[in-house]
Amino acid sequence: MTITTGTAGNAGDLSDLVRSAVDAHRAERGPLLVILHEIQERIGFVPPDAVPLIARELNLSRADVHGVITFYKDFRSEPVGRHSIELCRAEACQAVGAEALVAELEQELGCKTGSTTSNGAITLDQVFCFGNCALGPTGRIDGRVHGRLDRDTIAELLKEKSR
Amino acid sequence: MTTSSTSPITRVYVSRDSAATSVGANEVADALVLAAAAAGVDLHVVRTGTRGMLWLEPLVEVETPAGRVGYGPVSPADVDGLVAAGMLDGVLDGAGGHTTARDHPSYLGLVEDLPWMRDQQRICLARVGVTDPVSTTDYEAHGGLAGLRHALSLDPQQVVAEVTDSGLRGRGGAGFPAGIKWKTVADTPGELKFVCCNADEGDSGTFADRMVMEGDPFALLEGMTIAGYAVGASEGYIYLRSEYPDAAHALKEAIDAARAAGWLGADVLGSGYTFDIHLRIGAGAYICGEETSMLESLEGKRGMVRAKPPIPAITGLFGKPTVVNNVLTLVSVPTILAEGGTKYAELGVDRSRGTQVFQLAGNIARGGAFETAFGISLEKLVHEYGGGTRTGRPLRAVQVGGPLGQYIPADKLDIPTDYEAFAAADAMLGHGGITVFDDTVDMAHMARFAMEFCAEESCGKCTPCRVGSIRGVETIDKIVGGVDPDGNLALLNDLCELMTDGSLCAMGGLTPNPVRSALLHFPEDFTPGVHDRKEAAR
Ligand SMILES: Cc1cc2nc3c(=O)[nH]c(=O)nc-3n(C[C@H](O)[C@H](O)[C@H](O)COP(=O)(O)O)c2cc1C
Ligand code: SF4
Ligand code: FES
Repeated sequence: MTITTGTAGNAGDLSDLVRSAVDAHRAERGPLLVILHEIQERIGFVPPDAVPLIARELNLSRADVHGVITFYKDFRSEPVGRHSIELCRAEACQAVGAEALVAELEQELGCKTGSTTSNGAITLDQVFCFGNCALGPTGRIDGRVHGRLDRDTIAELLKEKSR
Repeated sequence: MTTSSTSPITRVYVSRDSAATSVGANEVADALVLAAAAAGVDLHVVRTGTRGMLWLEPLVEVETPAGRVGYGPVSPADVDGLVAAGMLDGVLDGAGGHTTARDHPSYLGLVEDLPWMRDQQRICLARVGVTDPVSTTDYEAHGGLAGLRHALSLDPQQVVAEVTDSGLRGRGGAGFPAGIKWKTVADTPGELKFVCCNADEGDSGTFADRMVMEGDPFALLEGMTIAGYAVGASEGYIYLRSEYPDAAHALKEAIDAARAAGWLGADVLGSGYTFDIHLRIGAGAYICGEETSMLESLEGKRGMVRAKPPIPAITGLFGKPTVVNNVLTLVSVPTILAEGGTKYAELGVDRSRGTQVFQLAGNIARGGAFETAFGISLEKLVHEYGGGTRTGRPLRAVQVGGPLGQYIPADKLDIPTDYEAFAAADAMLGHGGITVFDDTVDMAHMARFAMEFCAEESCGKCTPCRVGSIRGVETIDKIVGGVDPDGNLALLNDLCELMTDGSLCAMGGLTPNPVRSALLHFPEDFTPGVHDRKEAAR
């Protein structure tokens, strides 16, 4: 997952971006998801202003494009914090204390799962399984999966980030 | 692959699997390189998949004339000491006279001789943890391509027949016979047909698909190519969940290497058959593991479940005849073709033939992947190989088959792993994931979570699933909150019945499994105040 600091810039940039993302994948079958991933990869989110542009390029309705973006959890319509913490909340990680870890982190960061700290530094989120179910609790911090997490290791990792 | 005794190069193996790197395998590999350089040892570090003994990761294996000697778990801080003690000397038992590394607590001896390794029947995992996952030479040197070469020498119908004879059933959960599915696609006329690999592996407690894709991606490509040849398809798609970026990376590398080597493309292995494979990444929706939802997603749409019929084998991706199979189903195929369907069918019990990759997860002392013939008891897997709970507390419940599987109480684990025996015991084998809980688990919370998960992940097409799951969460809250418990228990049971009978797919249809089994086996947890008592016990 890409960490973004910037925004999509002005409208001209956005249509260039959309066109180049579409052109890169136009030849593929059913390319909408691939294109959305490409845009999000480049700028960290899919700006609402991109929806009509994508729709026009692919000859789809705006509702089609919007519907796809909202169906999938991965696609974001706004930028996220500079850092991301995603904790696994699925059964196998719950069996080794994931729920308590989520609660502790919400407390410590002062923000709920699914939101960003007030200073915009960290986005806290939940994921259902990273396929690391024998070494939980598992979380992904700035795109890297860590196993056997506890409060101390997360604090340590965050400290390294804030340097 | 063997180092001659005159070779000055020491070869060590460290996993690049994401489970291993999640606990520091990259840092250990880096530390080894530094320590070797300081000691003047010419070191070659091979990054493999994982052996699946995940409690031992990071695992370091040193090549010796007697075989690979293991150390694990190794932390970066251990490395200097181990190297100084002679870990890299490449002798097994100190015959050189100066290695004391074997006294280190992480010393394991010959990896192949460990009971966990020795007792397995590794077909899907044969090369995982052994070879460099993206080396075409390693792949061929370890038996790769034998299945595809044999398949291409047969008629497509004969390939389908081998798979039918093997008794192979889908490993993605439903256990449908692969040969019958392939025959349907093969018999359906069409210029354009597809092979889609379901690599969405969304079930908690499962990671075998990921392990194979990261550790032996060519095996999946080979299995898909054989499937394509058998049914007359020219294009393959792998639908991989976005939570698995390392698997995506390994698959991309493998696809490029396979194209370059002529294993994929216009003239597969010089046979005249054309087949290519594309990798597609999901976007964080559990329901896209359901095959028709996956097809919608591959078409670039919302992952709304399609009504069946029509079945995907006849009307699948873009309306064309399509094979949809799980990763492990397809990875079993090269061996079946190389060694014969009847040989494969000798493994297993009753109608569950061949091997299953069991995954021990959750609160387990020795967690990991264990591949063996169907029939081994759940009890044996959990206690003998898994070593019971990680916390050392009494085991209370085991959930098999992912979030839609039943909870089985500790005293009922004596079930043979066989699709029908599980069904008879009111349980589900699913994708072979086994998630262990100790006695601090709050089963009302787990039942509530099952409903919450269903509400979160429902595609929204049908009401019993979309609305029923939300009502389920509320009803469980009322029960444990002491609000008319009897009335609300009756309501919860009705709700479960409605979801079972009225849902279009197994998402809504099977969510009652964990809920009802929790109610049946652990009724004491559905009483007011139990949550606080559990918290206090932790
Ligand atoms: C909610 C739901 C999720 C599923 N998730 C997966 C999955 O992640 N991987 C998978 O292979 N099959 C999954 N399945 C099963 C598929 O629908 C399908 O049966 C399977 O891909 C067929 O391949 P197989 O016959 O090789 O198992 C899921 C089914 C349901 C209802
Ligand atoms: S049961 Fe749930 S997930 Fe399945 S089709 Fe109905 S609403 Fe969608
Ligand atoms: S349940 Fe947390 S990684 Fe699988």
